Amino acid sequence: MSLIATHDLRLVLGGQTVLHGVNIAIDKGEIVTIVGPNGSGKSSLLRALIGALKPAGGTITRSPGLRIGYVPQKLQIDPSLPLTVEGFLNLPRRQNRAVVETALHKAGVPDLAKQQMSSLSGGQFQRVLLARALLNMPDILILDEATQGLDQPGAAAFYRQIEDVRREMGCAVLMVSHDLHVVMAASDRVLCLNGHVCCEGTPEIVADAPEYRALFGTGTQGALALYRHEHTHSHDHDHHPGDH
Amino acid sequence: MLDDFVMRAALAGIGVALAAAPLGCFVVWRRMAYFGDATSHAALLGVALALSLDLPVFAGVLVVAMAMALIVSGLSGRTVSTDALLGVMAHGALAIGLVAVSLLPNQRVDLSAYLFGEILAVTKGDLVIIWGGAAVSIALLVWRWQALLSATLNPDLATASGVNPHREQLILTVALALTVAVALKVVGALLIAALLIIPAAAARPFSRTPETMAMMAAGIGMVSTLGGLAASFAFDTPTGPSIVTVAAVIFAVSTGLAPALRR
Repeated sequence: MSLIATHDLRLVLGGQTVLHGVNIAIDKGEIVTIVGPNGSGKSSLLRALIGALKPAGGTITRSPGLRIGYVPQKLQIDPSLPLTVEGFLNLPRRQNRAVVETALHKAGVPDLAKQQMSSLSGGQFQRVLLARALLNMPDILILDEATQGLDQPGAAAFYRQIEDVRREMGCAVLMVSHDLHVVMAASDRVLCLNGHVCCEGTPEIVADAPEYRALFGTGTQGALALYRHEHTHSHDHDHHPGDH
Repeated sequence: MLDDFVMRAALAGIGVALAAAPLGCFVVWRRMAYFGDATSHAALLGVALALSLDLPVFAGVLVVAMAMALIVSGLSGRTVSTDALLGVMAHGALAIGLVAVSLLPNQRVDLSAYLFGEILAVTKGDLVIIWGGAAVSIALLVWRWQALLSATLNPDLATASGVNPHREQLILTVALALTVAVALKVVGALLIAALLIIPAAAARPFSRTPETMAMMAAGIGMVSTLGGLAASFAFDTPTGPSIVTVAAVIFAVSTGLAPALRR
């Protein structure tokens, strides 16, 4: 049985149908990436999966007792709100100190507990959000454009962290991303979304699909081509040969 | 002790300062300043309603402030430009309240008492209402503290961890209406929002956690109340505005110190 599945899901936002006829299923331990242009309903789909957006039609089935770890697209903390990393991780429920430390360690930022949230760098901030999502030992991690605002090496490092977490905890990962070339290489499966699921499959299959090319392909270059090109075009990143 | 009007005034002011502090922090964190304005300005309409129906003023204010807070919080969830909308609500409520009070038949209403408060005329009965209302408002916020903070940070994140952001917004709304109703007598409709925002903003540079910020705000609110009372006696100035003036001075000093406090 899938961890979470939708059947003929329809989502309406502000009176407009943003998604329709969506049938997806996420299985244990797999990494699934959702790609799609702006306004294609990616974030809405994730919000529906976590329960923040009610379906206008169709159903969402979660396996009983499913634990979801959610990393939002962005989290703006008003500068008027003083908050330590530790304090943030204790919302909304106070956690055992050891649980907090373990989560920070798994997310790759073991020493930040006493820092102010406002003093973190972009990469540290995203890792703290990841740590928060890991607190309840999730069966599935859901990430909404989690690397927005990170530079390319930063994003690549973040995805490596996600892979480490998956390997260690065995959780499924469902993410939305713009970093096609980085993300697709790491995914088991890619869903291409544009109001509905327009194609899906392994990264290679999706990259070659005409629907996908129509949305993203500039001429003959799909995302994987872009990825392969990185080695010849990234003169500025010669000191990061491991970024893929 | 309660037979001394100065003592009653001080106790009333302290009660309001305590209730306003944690609530004011949320108003600042959530950028709800206009929300506070709209709700407290609507208090005047509540006064008119209470007087025309021969109800206790506290009840009228509570009902109208609650209605206003609910309307505003309902509207602010939409995509309409909320800033302008809240501005319209805040000032519209004040104007309509002033008109409504002037229309009351055969009433000699001391308008300035409702606009600026009359803390020196607080009775023992007022004290019971003020401390009762303040206690309920504080209890609500303490009870929901963690959930309220989560909903303030990010509604989706809160939902994903089982907190209903709409319910938390409602809790804040109720606490706000209650605080407005009890603060009316002390600082008046025009300055309630100041008492919410200024101590919280002044406490920010000294705080590393939300909890310390709320407690610092309570302390600053109490100092402002007592300082304002003293100043109003020393210089024969209106008490409500004097309290807010002291708070504003503390804010200015604290903001001036802020760069030195940052590491």
